[in-house]
Amino acid sequence: MNNITEVKGRSLWSDARRRFFQNKAAVAGLIALTTIVLISFIGPYFAVWSNEEIDWDVMGSAATLGMPSFESGHYFGTDDLGRDLYSRVLQGTRVSLMVGVIGAGISVLVGTIYGTVAGYVGGRTDQIMMRTVDILMSIPFMFVIILLLVVFGRSIGMLFLGIGLLSWLDMSRIVRGQTLSLKNKEFVEAARATGVSTPTIIMRHIIPNLLGIVAIYATLLVPAMILTESFISFLGLGVQEPLTSWGALISEGAGTIRYDTEWQLIAPLIFFVITLFSFFFIGDGLRDALDPKDR
Amino acid sequence: MSEPILSVRDMAVHFDVRDDDAPGLLTKTKKLKAVDGVSFDLMAGETLGIVGESGCGKSTLARAIIRLVDATAGEAIWMGRDLLKLSDADMLAVRKDIQMIFQDPLASLNPRMTAGEIIAEPLKTHFKGMKKAERREKVQRMMEKVGMDPTLINRYPHEFSGGQCQRIGIARALITNPKLIICDEPVSALDVSVQAQVVNLLMKLQKELGISLLFIAHDLSVVKHISNRIMVLYFGNVVEVGTSKQVIEDPQHAYTKKLIASVPIPDPEKEMERRVERRAKRAAAAK
Repeated sequence: MNNITEVKGRSLWSDARRRFFQNKAAVAGLIALTTIVLISFIGPYFAVWSNEEIDWDVMGSAATLGMPSFESGHYFGTDDLGRDLYSRVLQGTRVSLMVGVIGAGISVLVGTIYGTVAGYVGGRTDQIMMRTVDILMSIPFMFVIILLLVVFGRSIGMLFLGIGLLSWLDMSRIVRGQTLSLKNKEFVEAARATGVSTPTIIMRHIIPNLLGIVAIYATLLVPAMILTESFISFLGLGVQEPLTSWGALISEGAGTIRYDTEWQLIAPLIFFVITLFSFFFIGDGLRDALDPKDR
Repeated sequence: MSEPILSVRDMAVHFDVRDDDAPGLLTKTKKLKAVDGVSFDLMAGETLGIVGESGCGKSTLARAIIRLVDATAGEAIWMGRDLLKLSDADMLAVRKDIQMIFQDPLASLNPRMTAGEIIAEPLKTHFKGMKKAERREKVQRMMEKVGMDPTLINRYPHEFSGGQCQRIGIARALITNPKLIICDEPVSALDVSVQAQVVNLLMKLQKELGISLLFIAHDLSVVKHISNRIMVLYFGNVVEVGTSKQVIEDPQHAYTKKLIASVPIPDPEKEMERRVERRAKRAAAAK
């Protein structure tokens, strides 16, 4: 019985992977994103200046001396205070990506569990859980984040908390809807008929079947999180100096653009735009690859 | 075939549904009597066919017996114990002996699991201590028994045809050596040629293993072929029970007669003759 060779099955995941890699825009997005992530982690080893060092020669005359150049070691130029923009952009990239990924991560974790439980258990539990979500959603969340940052002080932790608190609401709704349609499928009924316990059904039958939707939504959520963080930083409430993020850098760059220091805006903006486009393309590709209606 | 292994007594399942005709602003509910006082006995090793038009409560009855839906009243005595009153833990033990086969072969298999994982699920649930290798061997042996190539164990449901999917469903139902299998329209979604294969497989396995079948269908010809006895349901009530020969050849109730008359004859010429005859009869009655 054991000496026969078994035929390897083609899972829906491997099917989806094949479809994803046939999508040129998605693959390009994936490559661009990987490159940016790699640059943000490897790039600092090539930096001449750190992100907090001030180049006193340049300070005060950034428009003339702070130009991007290889000789001075300021590859992307300097900011108004004479700090190296190359190092600052890389460091900002790390912070912004982290905010995006952690925000999306919290939303995946909390939203998926909350949504499946509400959808699968149903009845009054569902009513209470989803009305809670409705109430939380009705609170203007930018306002809450700003209040949190003002009251408890500006810190990355508080930023994560604020973003994490609210990012899972949409996810839980999507997941609940998906669960509702899944729980009446015959394979779930079959599992119930053989006596599989409810937590096992959720883990084994419900969650694997909605991971596709969750993955798509999560990739689209990362840029949304980055945008939120950038907006908060743009308002001046984001991460604290000497740390920075894309939003803060873009805000500074936009503020000094009339002094002929356009590189201060362009450098972070390029990273920002490429990353957002990559995420949207990847999300699009994932949706096409995983959409069950396409099958 | 003397002691009934399952006796259902006055089983009733009522649902609350929204009453759109009710006056007033608040939504009101009315009772939908899906199953309304059904009683029957099922002997060991017997096949009881349940027929009736769609919506007459066949599936609900089956689901109420294994507590997938809650019965409103009645009892289902399984080997001396009322299934409807068992605690969840006791019911879990019973579920090993009562398995179910579903209507839509593809929908009843989780698309993210391989054939092997699907068939092994009841084993994982009821024999928690079983070793992986032993489980795998059992699954492969069961696949052979239902006429599948055991090398396909790692394939996914979407890679199989409808008939093969239903075989996986049958294998999953048989793997715990149950005493009763409830078949909820197991062949309605299949091609006629595949239907015959699956029905014959079920009959063969039943003879080999001595299990009882509760065979739900709306197709009388299939039910006649597989059942020892037939029960006819109409709007949640039993209108007739008897051996399949009695029910098919000498129906007593007017509804059964109509149901049998509605089965098309698989011979176009004879079917045409019958239609002409009926038309003539109607014309005569109209005069």
